[in-house]
Amino acid sequence: MLSFIARRVLATLPVLAVVAVLVFLLLRLTPGDPAAILAGDAASASQVAQIRESLGLEEPIPVQFGIWLRHLAAGDLGESYYYKVKVTELIAQRLEPTLSLATLTIVFAVLVSVPLGALAAWRFGGAFDRALMGFSVLGFSVPVFVLAYILIWIVSLKLGWLPVQGYQRLAGGVGPWLRHLILPSLTLSVIFIALIARVTRAAVLEALGEDYIRTARAKGLPESRVLVRHAVANAAVPIVTVIGIGIALLVGGVVVTESVYAIPGLGRLTVDAVLARDFPTIQGVILFFSLLYVGVNLLVDLSYVFLDPRIRY
Amino acid sequence: MSVLEVRGLTIDLPSGGDRRHAAADVGFTVDRGEIVCLVGESGSGKSVIAQSVMGLLPRGLPVTAGEIRLEGEDLLRASPRRLRELRATRMSMVFQEPMTALNPVMRCGEQLDEVLREHTALAPAARRRRILDIVREVRLPDPERMVAAYPHQLSGGQRQRIMIAMALVLEPALLIADEPTTALDVTTQAQILRLIQDLQARHGTGVLFITHDFGVVAEIAHRVAVLCLGELVELGPRDDVLRRPQHQYTRMLIGAVPTLKPHARPADAGAPVVLATRGLSKTYRDRGWLSRHREVHAAADVTLEVRKGQTLGIVGESGSGKSTVARCIVRLIDPSAGEIRLGREDIASMPQSRLRALRRRVQIVFQDPYRSLNPRRSVLEAIIEGPRNYGVPRARAIETARRLMGLVRMDPGSLARYPHQFSGGQRQRICIARALAMEPELLVADEAVSALDVSVQAQVLALLEEIRERLQLAMLFITHDLRVAAQVCDHVAVMSQGRVVEYGPAAQVFGSPRHEYTRALFDAAPGRDFAFGAA
Amino acid sequence: MDATGAWSRVRRNWPVRVGGAVLAVLVLVAVAAPWLGTVDPTLFDAGSRDLVPGKVGEITTLDGEILKHTFWFGSDSFGRDIYSRVLYGSRVSLAVGVLAALVSLGFGIVAGLSAGYLRWLDGVLMRFMDGLMAIPAILIAIALVAMWRGSLVTVVVAIAIPEIPRVTRLVRSLVLSIREEPYVEAAVSLGTPTWKIMFAHILPNTIAPLVVQGTYICASAILVEAILSFLGVGLPPDIPTWGNIMAEGRPQFNLYPHNIFIPGAFLAVTVLAVNILGDGLRDTLDPKMARRL
Repeated sequence: MLSFIARRVLATLPVLAVVAVLVFLLLRLTPGDPAAILAGDAASASQVAQIRESLGLEEPIPVQFGIWLRHLAAGDLGESYYYKVKVTELIAQRLEPTLSLATLTIVFAVLVSVPLGALAAWRFGGAFDRALMGFSVLGFSVPVFVLAYILIWIVSLKLGWLPVQGYQRLAGGVGPWLRHLILPSLTLSVIFIALIARVTRAAVLEALGEDYIRTARAKGLPESRVLVRHAVANAAVPIVTVIGIGIALLVGGVVVTESVYAIPGLGRLTVDAVLARDFPTIQGVILFFSLLYVGVNLLVDLSYVFLDPRIRY
Repeated sequence: MSVLEVRGLTIDLPSGGDRRHAAADVGFTVDRGEIVCLVGESGSGKSVIAQSVMGLLPRGLPVTAGEIRLEGEDLLRASPRRLRELRATRMSMVFQEPMTALNPVMRCGEQLDEVLREHTALAPAARRRRILDIVREVRLPDPERMVAAYPHQLSGGQRQRIMIAMALVLEPALLIADEPTTALDVTTQAQILRLIQDLQARHGTGVLFITHDFGVVAEIAHRVAVLCLGELVELGPRDDVLRRPQHQYTRMLIGAVPTLKPHARPADAGAPVVLATRGLSKTYRDRGWLSRHREVHAAADVTLEVRKGQTLGIVGESGSGKSTVARCIVRLIDPSAGEIRLGREDIASMPQSRLRALRRRVQIVFQDPYRSLNPRRSVLEAIIEGPRNYGVPRARAIETARRLMGLVRMDPGSLARYPHQFSGGQRQRICIARALAMEPELLVADEAVSALDVSVQAQVLALLEEIRERLQLAMLFITHDLRVAAQVCDHVAVMSQGRVVEYGPAAQVFGSPRHEYTRALFDAAPGRDFAFGAA
Repeated sequence: MDATGAWSRVRRNWPVRVGGAVLAVLVLVAVAAPWLGTVDPTLFDAGSRDLVPGKVGEITTLDGEILKHTFWFGSDSFGRDIYSRVLYGSRVSLAVGVLAALVSLGFGIVAGLSAGYLRWLDGVLMRFMDGLMAIPAILIAIALVAMWRGSLVTVVVAIAIPEIPRVTRLVRSLVLSIREEPYVEAAVSLGTPTWKIMFAHILPNTIAPLVVQGTYICASAILVEAILSFLGVGLPPDIPTWGNIMAEGRPQFNLYPHNIFIPGAFLAVTVLAVNILGDGLRDTLDPKMARRL
């Protein structure tokens, strides 16, 4: 068992290596001199040269990469040009809002979409199925920020039930924390529900077409048991897989949602950093999110062992 | 009172099909303690009838007339709840594909337990005892381990025994077996058939056994019902139906079953050797960089030869390596060791570039007629592809294609059609024509008739025979079916676990087999005591 | 499922018809924008700021002429005509969608074919694709556009790059599975050279899934472009795109929601049409994918 976990962890190393290289190259691809861009238009030549020096831009690229990796390994992501604090500190500050939003969204989405998808598969072709598929397509098509504004318009401005924007720390009480997160989570979860319900439906549908379902019915088992213990149980792997892949989608959604709802999280940080050309922060955030993606998918990978006994270690 | 009584059963097919009814006015009975075989080719409606008894028909196939009485109770008027109550308690079913019939993520013991939990009020300890008892009764070794195992850890034969255990644990009056042994090896099949017979005799169960294999019918049936395109054409005791068939269709079917006695055709020992292998081996190494290294000897030290105008058969069960040998010979996979002499050249280790010139001399026909032709290309394109690769001008290739279609007894005018417009047997003929277009010296038939109905099989075998005679081809015939081997082969090689265990003229191997595996193989052939086939 | 009746099946499928019809209308609008009662979308008039939809106001042309103009969709805080901006914006969205799909399909097909056929390349290429997939697409797009300055080419490439891994995986898995088919083995034994096998046997069977995938990429690309513009990291503000219009409408949203809702509606309808078209194509051309998705 331990060796299996070790093997799966080792398998992520090449991916992480590629990520590191890509992120590093991403910011070295800027046309023109990054130091000049940093210094701004009003800088003098000597100021630019100084910045080049401090950034180590004189060294050949592989050496720069090496230095960067060394810092990375020590947990040093550099200092933000714009905020003038360590990037790691910045990330730590903005972590809670983003994590709250993401977790709430995923939990809600999964709890809602899996049963809906399973039901749609069971009553394949019926009214509920068609309605769910229709909703799913809509969910994919209406952009997150448009939906956000619609919800804000209706719920906050016209009905006044929930605050329009902002975020309350958990430390300040669960009530306010939740109140400020309901709309953003709801907005973000729509696309997730659309995706997961669709995949659940497809996976359960496929399972329902398998021979062992016929066997289960031939044993005289009630439909509910056939659906849950036989069909959905076998659909678990594709469902969990898509949740893992959906993390990438989640990040995109988080960026936009935080922007619209003025939540001071990592998503907003990214946008602000890009607008300010704050390279270390951009790099740091991208690295963080990529690591998160790899980490979540590793967990998904490991979970397969529990979900499907054919996957052995 | 019969256990099962079917009267005037009519089941409709959705409109647009090739006929109106899946089953039309079908009637038969199954009594306590008797095995009734329902025989027919594919599409005859036998599976549909079986499913209708259990109430498992899909929605598109409604029962429009008739009655089905299980111990006197009309199942067609029963409520869904009542049907669920009857399933596994009074009637149960075993299906064809043991590999997919069990839930892969649930332990076998739990799948057995489900039946007991649903239909009885037994306490957990009592249920466990019952489960272990039935697992022992279906002759599975080490019941404790079987019960705790997952389906993928069991072989096909073992899974089928678990299925039978699930079906019989509550001692139903009726067992419906839908081709339960078709997907199994010959030796496993023999064991399962014997098991069903024993259990049935012990518990007095009535068995409705669906099959297409007359050998099985000869082996276990008490009474036989023959289905043709949804109609019951013959019904009677086994010996009557098999020895004195009344209906023309039955007579045709029984006549098409090959006998186990090898043909008496003399083989010319002086004919030139077209292909010979020596020490041919194929080993697979599991070379994951972190996992253990495993070696699988798919084929080991295979030595055989095929002569011009003669057929060599390679007979074996699944996993015996016969397909591996065929693919090595056609160089679809690369052998690990050994020689393959085609004429004077050794093609075993030849690089792909030099191989091209020699490819035309060896051609292959595959098992699955539904996947052997590119669905997006016309049949004409399929047949002329080979000659065109070697520079034959298009007009001449088309001429050849027409001629070959006639040779395989198909209408040359249908060359413009697409594969899906032909039946399985027809597609196989097209594949044969495609192979012959290359004018090969050796034709390899890799289970080429295994996926065909017995009547179609007889036709294709006759065609292959005719072609072999006419063109004086050498043929390498791979099969698991002993009857087919007896009919077409001059020489036979028997393979088991990658090795050739017996090799010689057909008459000798079939008549007086020397190796114990060969003998076991013949013992297991169902209906071997029954003399089928035109003598 | 026969391959020859596919085209007629596609035409009869109603999602394809509905999605296709809506898109056809949109393309028409995009092409005919100058003649549909619009003005130059960059024109503004300080006196016509923040008008509600339907109001009549004044517009100053580049020559200094003052025209009376009905602002069908209202005007933004600079006094620009939203109607004109939305109609011209459709050009950008459609162009970005189609181009991004084509670019990612192109690279993905080459990469997928290589990975499927060249054993030695497979491992390296797929690890690289895995790494690329690990970085959230929107972050790549944002970073790239920020680095290279917003322009149509930049935006298309930035959106296309993160989509390439998925296309590669699709093509690769198709190649690997089709290679196992007996008819491909038959072609090998008939002496058909590899390149011919790829073109005559493998590629035709990949077209259907790729068309479907391309449609989905197009939908996704339109959305991503809008998001980028909305966040201010997309095309420069002088080029009208639906995202840009919405971005400008943000500060005054509670007073003038039409700046966001109208372009938003166009965006939603367009993406919806493309997605419905994709679903219809998938159901008729490649039912196996319907089960895969």
